Amino acid sequence: MQIHIQAQGGVPIYLQVMQQIKYLVASGRLQPGDELPSIRTLAEQLIVNPNTIARAYRELETAGVVEKRRTAGTFVAEAGSPLARKERLKLLKQRVDQLLVEAFQMGFGLDEVLKFVEQSELNSQPPGKDSKP
Amino acid sequence: MNDLVIDIKNLSRRFGDKQALQDVTLRVPRGGVFGLIGSNGAGKTTLIKHVLGSHYAQSGSVSVFGFDPVADPVEVLGRIGYMSEDREVPGWMRVQEVIDFTRAFYPGWDSGYASELLELFELDPKQKTRSLSRGQTARVCLLLALAHRPELLVLDEPSSGLDPVIRRDILTAIVRTTADEGRTVLFSSHLLDEVQRLADRVAILNCGRIILSDELDTVLDSFHRVTLRFDGSSDLAPSLVGAIESKGHGHEWTYVYRGDREQLIRAAKSLNAQIVHEVPLSLDDIFVCNVQRS
Repeated sequence: MQIHIQAQGGVPIYLQVMQQIKYLVASGRLQPGDELPSIRTLAEQLIVNPNTIARAYRELETAGVVEKRRTAGTFVAEAGSPLARKERLKLLKQRVDQLLVEAFQMGFGLDEVLKFVEQSELNSQPPGKDSKP
Repeated sequence: MNDLVIDIKNLSRRFGDKQALQDVTLRVPRGGVFGLIGSNGAGKTTLIKHVLGSHYAQSGSVSVFGFDPVADPVEVLGRIGYMSEDREVPGWMRVQEVIDFTRAFYPGWDSGYASELLELFELDPKQKTRSLSRGQTARVCLLLALAHRPELLVLDEPSSGLDPVIRRDILTAIVRTTADEGRTVLFSSHLLDEVQRLADRVAILNCGRIILSDELDTVLDSFHRVTLRFDGSSDLAPSLVGAIESKGHGHEWTYVYRGDREQLIRAAKSLNAQIVHEVPLSLDDIFVCNVQRS
């Protein structure tokens, strides 16, 4: 599990950890049932306060992304798929918003952007195994 | 919060005509990492020396584990692991001799752990400490501070002037110490990215005064840099309640704002202004603007 923390910015670290784990789950790089590293291991790896990791895991658990098993540890939730779709949409929306803002600033209209997206789709194979909508 | 490891009340200290600490109140709860931030000469080391009982309180009080560290040094110092800013070890001793010497002061010394650290830090027990590099010396000092598994680890500017590899060792030691239930770390630093990574609580010390002390997340949440767009153009920044800094011209002004977001939205609305850009402030930015202001 690859997580990168930026301690220079103003985004709280627990939030960075949460967002990146959500992203890994949404993108399929973490699968339901996969085990997350222990709080201590991840804290040492990222050199951050263990309480920060504990908070990120706790909030991910509340959000239903991960689940704690009594003695074993923290795992990606099995029932994560409907939520994963919501999360995926949220991620996609963020990216689209960003794209539109930049496009408008450069003077492109919505029609041009849509046309460009369609053209790009023809040139590239969508990633993932279940690419058919 | 009743379980305080350090409880300092209204501490003031004067050296000659220099006021080193002025009415400092500081509470460090058990089981976390407390980051003490301040410029050089702000009083961080002086404050730490009061915790260790090397300085007595001229006015106010200092309590560590519920004891006065000046009156009860045995009760207090035996439970603290301390690494000083200067990181001095007697140059005529060998590494093993320094370890044996220090061990004698601590009934809780864990020899197994000391050897483990010796190996981890790749130190040669037979080497004269005089010939150690700066980084190796720091590792020896860290070992001495950790090997009795102290309840409170106090590190004064632990990573200043050290290379990234040794800094990593030191920061990892802080992480490990707090991962063990109930142990507390107090460290001072002006490397704010380290503080942001490791601390749960921070205090900013400036010219001997505490100007901010809170949970790190609360501090990060309560400062914003926000750009407002106003209907009318003006030559002076329109005054925004809660703003502590402003820059800009014409229609758009950027503020550093202290307060919660709802407050900010209300304040912007009352000025008929639109929030066009908003970024969270890093601890670095927060430190700089608070220090400049006071």
